[in-house]
Amino acid sequence: MHTELHDISPPAGSTGRRGDRVFLGLSRGAGLTILVLMGGIAAFLAWRASLALAQNEGNFLTTFEWNANASPPVFGIAVLAFGTLVSSLIAMILAVPIAVAIALFTTHYVPRRIGSLIGYVIDLLAAVPSIVYGLWGALLLVPHLVGVYEWLDSWLGWTVVLSYDGGAPRSLMTVGILLAIMILPIVTNVSREVFRQAPDTHQEAALALGATRWEVVRTAVLPFGRSGVISASMLGLGRALGETMAVATVLSPSAILSARILEPGGGTFAQNIASAFKEAGEFGRDALIASGLVLFVITLLVNGAARLIIARRKEYSGANA
Amino acid sequence: MSKRIDITGLSAYYGTHKAIEDVTLSVEPKAVTAFIGPSGCGKSTLLRTLNRMHEVIDGGRVEGEVRLDGEDLYGQGVDPVAVRRVIGMVFQRPNPFPTMSVYDNVAAGLRLNGKVRKADLDDVVERSLRGANLWNEVKDRLNRPGSGLSGGQQQRLCIARAIAVRPQVLLMDEPCSALDPISTLAIEDLMGKLKDRFTIVIVTHNMQQAARISDRTAFFNLSAVGKPGRLIEINDTEKIFSNPNEKATEDYISGRFG
Amino acid sequence: MRIPEHEYDGHEPEHPVTVADRRDDLSIHRPRLPRWTPAAVAGAAIGVAVVLGLALGLHSKVQWGLIAAVLFVLGQYALTARVEGRRRATDRLATSLVLVAFLIAVVPLASLVWSTIVRGVRVLDAYFLTHSMKGVAAISPGGGIYHALVGTLEQVALATLMAAPLGLLTGVYLVEYGRGRLAKVITFFVDVMTGIPSIVAGLFILSLWILALGFGYSGFAGSLALAILMIPTVVRSTEEMLKLVPNELREASYALGVPKWKTILKVVLPTCFGGVVTGVMLSIARITGETAPLLLLVFGNPAINANPFEGAQASLPLFIYEQWAAGNEASYDRAWAAALVLIAFVMILNLLARGIALWKAPKTGR
Repeated sequence: MHTELHDISPPAGSTGRRGDRVFLGLSRGAGLTILVLMGGIAAFLAWRASLALAQNEGNFLTTFEWNANASPPVFGIAVLAFGTLVSSLIAMILAVPIAVAIALFTTHYVPRRIGSLIGYVIDLLAAVPSIVYGLWGALLLVPHLVGVYEWLDSWLGWTVVLSYDGGAPRSLMTVGILLAIMILPIVTNVSREVFRQAPDTHQEAALALGATRWEVVRTAVLPFGRSGVISASMLGLGRALGETMAVATVLSPSAILSARILEPGGGTFAQNIASAFKEAGEFGRDALIASGLVLFVITLLVNGAARLIIARRKEYSGANA
Repeated sequence: MSKRIDITGLSAYYGTHKAIEDVTLSVEPKAVTAFIGPSGCGKSTLLRTLNRMHEVIDGGRVEGEVRLDGEDLYGQGVDPVAVRRVIGMVFQRPNPFPTMSVYDNVAAGLRLNGKVRKADLDDVVERSLRGANLWNEVKDRLNRPGSGLSGGQQQRLCIARAIAVRPQVLLMDEPCSALDPISTLAIEDLMGKLKDRFTIVIVTHNMQQAARISDRTAFFNLSAVGKPGRLIEINDTEKIFSNPNEKATEDYISGRFG
Repeated sequence: MRIPEHEYDGHEPEHPVTVADRRDDLSIHRPRLPRWTPAAVAGAAIGVAVVLGLALGLHSKVQWGLIAAVLFVLGQYALTARVEGRRRATDRLATSLVLVAFLIAVVPLASLVWSTIVRGVRVLDAYFLTHSMKGVAAISPGGGIYHALVGTLEQVALATLMAAPLGLLTGVYLVEYGRGRLAKVITFFVDVMTGIPSIVAGLFILSLWILALGFGYSGFAGSLALAILMIPTVVRSTEEMLKLVPNELREASYALGVPKWKTILKVVLPTCFGGVVTGVMLSIARITGETAPLLLLVFGNPAINANPFEGAQASLPLFIYEQWAAGNEASYDRAWAAALVLIAFVMILNLLARGIALWKAPKTGR
């Protein structure tokens, strides 16, 4: 009976052996189940998608309409890809600056106790289910945006992108605004964490040079938090890309690919799956699964990139400590 | 060029906790004044009240007067940001901005004040680095990150950064406590040179250091843990270390705590 | 402006040169605006915005607010630039923008919570909680969410039964056993799994459970998808909590001759039990609000179906969607009331979880 000092391995008692093997087997089995699940997701989606794609008469990438139930079936993701991209992009453009500003506000502009109280409330808001955001967006946000869109039209209507003819603005822009509100809590909270870790010593150094508060933030806080904000934004983007219910309730979908983002129409991957599902036959479902596979791959790439940035940051701060 | 500081009846608080009580003393221009005393006696807090850095801490506030050549730093219409430009500070741990190069670190304070011509900036950076006895060591790597220097070099970089904005007074909060003996020596040498141009106030734990570099020494003590720190006496360094007026000072200097 | 170099001593320059105006540089006094300036500017901005809003007949308060925000930011900047100078004005601009951004974010989030409460209480009563929608036409008032509550509770409970042990064990494996490549791969895929959109999880179960294996819609199909969404968050939180347990504790147990598995079960897990429970509760709160996969797998059902393994079921989030889609005042009222119940449930779960976390936090945690 002899165990090495530097290794924290347990003594090999005769009764422990079997228990240990069972327990290790169980926990490793759980880990393996996750791998099997991930493999299963990719495999099953790819399998059903291939069934649908084999019979598609349209070009999957460039076709506008989604007529999977017609014979012959014609469907493509051009409109969906465009809508998903545009609405998520709008959400990012709106949400990231505001989230960064709130994160700064709670960490560097108000006393610490008030800051953490606000952070706590924001944390709770991140838990509000997306269907509730969707309900609120469809019934309250949409009517309030008519006036704002009329403004945009009268000043920037000449850009065509921001022209607006009136009517219920169930458009990609509205979806983008709603998505921005939805991802605001998570982007804010991750950014807050990073800004809070900005070292005091560097902020004091800037202060002692006669920097104003903004100059302290610019020289000692923002450079420190840059990569954190980027990965926070990517996490937010991942959410926006895959959001289903809020988009399905707010958007008035159509098979139109139009640059006029204030006008109703267009669609997103997730919204199209939710909206078209009830009328879809078995083949239609496979077609929807094909579009879901594309969404899956896109979110994988975005989240992977976010994780990579976070991992890099860890190394960086570790080397610096 | 350098200015005198007169402190009258100064008390400083952290929230409800009183850290220093009723301090009155004067800091002479073109001289090094050392603050010494046991941990927790408020010497660092006092230092931070001199450029209004104390109030950036949640709950930090001050009562009393600090006059810089007669102007009350805590008076009406005084801009703390402007105060900190006139009274620079060097901290316990070297804290160059990690995302900036050596050059940018020194130039940081000047750039805050708006547009500066590149040639002028080059000039100031070189002079400041020479002033901090660092130029010869870093002139070939001005564009490398400041955090790549050794600890002692980083601290001199911070001194260069502080003197680049041309303050009247330089406050140093235990500037050598995180450094090895050789780097400490380099900084002590530097201080002897800098006192011709700046009023220097240094907080130090190291009594030999105070004896070596300072012209005047102020001794602080506290009656018990949790009680506010007080000024026991201030005098010429020679006098403090050879024949102090107070028994408490003598006990502390000779290593006997009473 | 350069200072003449007469102070130059041949070796070391005496004074660094500053370019800023020296007189201004040495003064510690600056003209400053009184402390109440921001409040006054804000008041004026709001006043002007209200007048403009009324005069131009802008019907949405959103527009009033945007006008006020722009006026506030510009007013602050202009006034500060005039009195305190450009640097101060930039600082003030940043402060105003940060404040305005905060308010811009608060308004919709507060409106969301407020309108859910105000509209939700209209039809929320004991009847609403204890009756189903069986036989209630979509356009007529009445009916309730009992069937949806039953469905949601069963689906979430089943999902938790599957996901919590699996996630827990995986977390234990990664922290206590995992050193090799397998652990790295699992960690990576847990990260990947965190980012799966809920609708994709739904599609996977659809293709596996319903299309390939030939089962019908059921609450259980939904809970399979919910479990997939729940697993990664449970793993993550378990991992984090286990890492907080100090290694000395494990070593002390081994030194007493306790085998590893017993050490984990009797020493390690009890030490961080509070944190693990918190993690599980937070992930329950998260999946309770999921709608998209249920739309594909549970399908919805106006009548009570207490059997999660057989036939279409209702669920609370799905109920909200259906009532919204029905598109009339009576159904909107029901949607808001159900939303209020859902938010209340999720919030209570969140608060409880955080309460436990505070109460049971391992002493090494902070």
